[in-house]
Amino acid sequence: MSEVDRFIDKPVNWLRATGPESDVVISSRLRLARNLGHYPFLSRLAESQRDAIINEVQSAVKSSNFLKKSYFISSPDLSDLDRQFLLERHLVSRELVAEEGKNAVVITPDETVSMMVIEEDHLRLQVFQSGLNLVETWRIADEIDNELEKELDYAFDATLGYLTACPTNVGTGIRASCMLHLPSLVLTKQVHKVLQALSKLNLAVRGLYGEGTQASGNFFQFSNQITLGQPEEEIISNLEGVIRQVITHEREAREYLKKKRKSKMEDQIWRALATLKAARMMSSSEAIQLLSLVQVGIDVGVLEGQVTHTDLNQLFLLIQPAHLQKLNGRELSATERDARRAARIREYFAKVIL
Amino acid sequence: MICNICGTKEATIHLTEIVNGKMAEVHICESCAEEKGTEFKTYFNFGDLLAGAADAEGVSGGTGKKITLVCKDCGMNYEDFAKNGRLGCAGCYAAFQKPLAALIKQVQRSNYHVGKKPSRIPKGTRNIHDLRQLQEQLRKSIQTEAFEEAARLRDEIKQAEEKLKKGKKAKGE
Repeated sequence: MSEVDRFIDKPVNWLRATGPESDVVISSRLRLARNLGHYPFLSRLAESQRDAIINEVQSAVKSSNFLKKSYFISSPDLSDLDRQFLLERHLVSRELVAEEGKNAVVITPDETVSMMVIEEDHLRLQVFQSGLNLVETWRIADEIDNELEKELDYAFDATLGYLTACPTNVGTGIRASCMLHLPSLVLTKQVHKVLQALSKLNLAVRGLYGEGTQASGNFFQFSNQITLGQPEEEIISNLEGVIRQVITHEREAREYLKKKRKSKMEDQIWRALATLKAARMMSSSEAIQLLSLVQVGIDVGVLEGQVTHTDLNQLFLLIQPAHLQKLNGRELSATERDARRAARIREYFAKVIL
Repeated sequence: MICNICGTKEATIHLTEIVNGKMAEVHICESCAEEKGTEFKTYFNFGDLLAGAADAEGVSGGTGKKITLVCKDCGMNYEDFAKNGRLGCAGCYAAFQKPLAALIKQVQRSNYHVGKKPSRIPKGTRNIHDLRQLQEQLRKSIQTEAFEEAARLRDEIKQAEEKLKKGKKAKGE
């Protein structure tokens, strides 16, 4: 049994849909980039230095109150499937998975905190929370950072702050982000306007499953772009301010749809449910799109408590390729996965009465 | 809707901007947008932009003559950085200081860090950082017209600057 198997049956804490504004904001994430002063950055790192960094970090983790109970997993102990599994749970990044040299990841048992060791920067600390709760993510990240810096010497410059491999992260090293579900803005064709506005705000918007992918199923990740010249709290409150306005727009659009396009919307939601209850084969992208419509059904009150945000968020995760394979106990071909996915979804919606 | 900048043509691009933490809408026509183009386009594809900008601005310095900057700590040269947008070590920031400063200003809109610092850093670094924090606070207090606070900060900055000068002198002797 590999280290990561202990996560399989556990629901992800920050996907519980219990946080503030969780009808629109699925989760909040904060990432801190740090480098150790006396080693070169990733591109110039020798194999022996990787081991040295991992050892230094491991001993710092042991003396951190927050992290001492966490799992310290180094890359040679992980199969490709394990890596994919951790990626789907957002515990590691695509970059870490693609890295060929040795690296490691530290994960707390509740999966609220993960720290990648030797990613683009030596340390990438991530904190997750349910709903719109960036303030709490920063509080936790700050506390862990304070504990770690007692043991580790960070690369820090009086003028530029925390030094990072890419100058787009220099200064605070902070990337704060929120995952938003904006179906009403998409349906009313207003989302384009909102995204265009954001490009002016030094914020970035991405699709649900990571960098470079199109936003699918009405999920959008909003994050700060600038890391220098503003204190951490200000970066966070600026982003939160914008997100609050986007939430207001989404709720307004939702009310509009409820009033003006009720029957058309209800039709789409019930059709989505019928497909989910009946399909024998289903791709990830189709599933995400249909489940997104079910989420709209919850938001506008059509489903009357038959389905909850919490269950749906977990289902989104369980139908990802590596999760399907882990739960099945072996690797599956793409066709087998589509069949397993459809089966799992049918099972889940069996109790829903059309 | 009429363009906010030229006030004559029909606005086809609608943007929103943060002003003092509030979202404000701006409506612009295509020709004005083109003129201000760089301002709008800088945010997407940061990595690409970074590499491109590093190439265009830094090394050739407008004269077309290439100066090869090399980091003595890790051996990376500036062209490598221009290609992939990643630095080789902390020392690169000092080695490529001149072209990097322009680049950082362009992508970050600022040239210095305010915010958290590690608890264990050399005293000199700490003093410079503290001074920056005070300057930033002063800027904000003037912006919000908190003039009493501003006056207090100005005195504090004066003291910090003197402390810094003394520190430098002591080092020099």
